[in-house]
Amino acid sequence: MDLIAFYILATIVTVAALGVIVSRNPVHSVLFLILAFLTSAGLLVLIGAEFLAMLLIVVYVGAVAVLFLFVVMMLDVDFVELKQGTLGYWPLGLIAGGLMFGEIALVTFARGSVVRAGQFDPSPGADTNAEAIGLVMYSDYLLLFQLAGIVLLMAMIGAIVLTLRGKTSVKRQNIGKQVARTRGEAFELKDVQPGEGI
Amino acid sequence: MNIGMEHFLTLSAALFTIGVVGIFVNRKNIIVILMAIELILLSVNINLIAFAVFTGTITGQIFAMLVLTVAAAEAAVGLAILVVYFRNRGDIAVEDVNLMKG
Repeated sequence: MDLIAFYILATIVTVAALGVIVSRNPVHSVLFLILAFLTSAGLLVLIGAEFLAMLLIVVYVGAVAVLFLFVVMMLDVDFVELKQGTLGYWPLGLIAGGLMFGEIALVTFARGSVVRAGQFDPSPGADTNAEAIGLVMYSDYLLLFQLAGIVLLMAMIGAIVLTLRGKTSVKRQNIGKQVARTRGEAFELKDVQPGEGI
Repeated sequence: MNIGMEHFLTLSAALFTIGVVGIFVNRKNIIVILMAIELILLSVNINLIAFAVFTGTITGQIFAMLVLTVAAAEAAVGLAILVVYFRNRGDIAVEDVNLMKG
C-alpha cells in the first residue's frame, strides 16, 4: 500500500519536474514547481517526516513559488522569443544529465554503500516528529538555528536595498544639508536705495 | 515490500538530474534557471530527510531545514537582482550579461 502511494507520488514529482524545465510559458513552469513541492511534501508525510513536509508547503508553496509568480508576471518579457533556438542545448544537457545520474546511481547502488546505522524512525526519542525536532533544535543546534535567522535577515535587507528606489518627484528633508547650511548662504544683506528696488 | 531508502535516493537522483538538465536547456531564461536550482535543492532536501529517517537520526531533518532557509533566501535575493537588472536593461537575456567583460 505504502509502496503504491510512493510510486504514484514519485511519478507525479518526476513529471512535474520535467514540466518545469520543458514548458514554454514560465507561469506553467511555476505551477509545475508548486505541484512538485506539494507531492514531495506528500512523500515526506509517507515516511513520517510531517514537520518538514508542512514546512516545505509553507516555505516553498507559500513564499518562494508565489514570489516566482509575482516576478514572472511583473516582468514584461517576450518568453516565446527567449525559448527560440534552445533545441540545440538539449544534446549537451542530456549528456551531462545522463553522466550525473549514472554517477549518483553508481554511488547509490554500489554494494554496501547505503548506510544502515539505525532503524527506521522519523522521530527518535520523542512521540511526534515535531517534538523530536524541537527537542534538539533549541538546544544542540541553537547556533545553527540563529544562523538561519541571520541568513533570512540578510536576504530580506539585501532584497529591500536592491529594489528600493527613491522617488524623485517628492521633496524630502535632507538633514545633513540642512545642518551644514551657514548663515552666509541663507542670508544676503542688500542696501536698498530709496525708490530703486532690488 | 516496504519503502526503502533506495527508493528515495533514486527519486532524489532523478530530481537532481532533471534540475541540472533544466539549467542546461534553459540557458537563455534565467527565471527557469532559478526554478531548476530550486528543484536541485528540493532533491537535496529529500535526500537528507531520507537518510535521517531511515537511519533513525534527527540531524538530517534539522539540516534539511537549514537548506530550506538558504533556498528561500537565495530565491528572494536572486529575484531582486533580476528585477533590478530588468529595470536597468529592459530585458533579462542572460547572454548579454557581459558589461564587465569577465
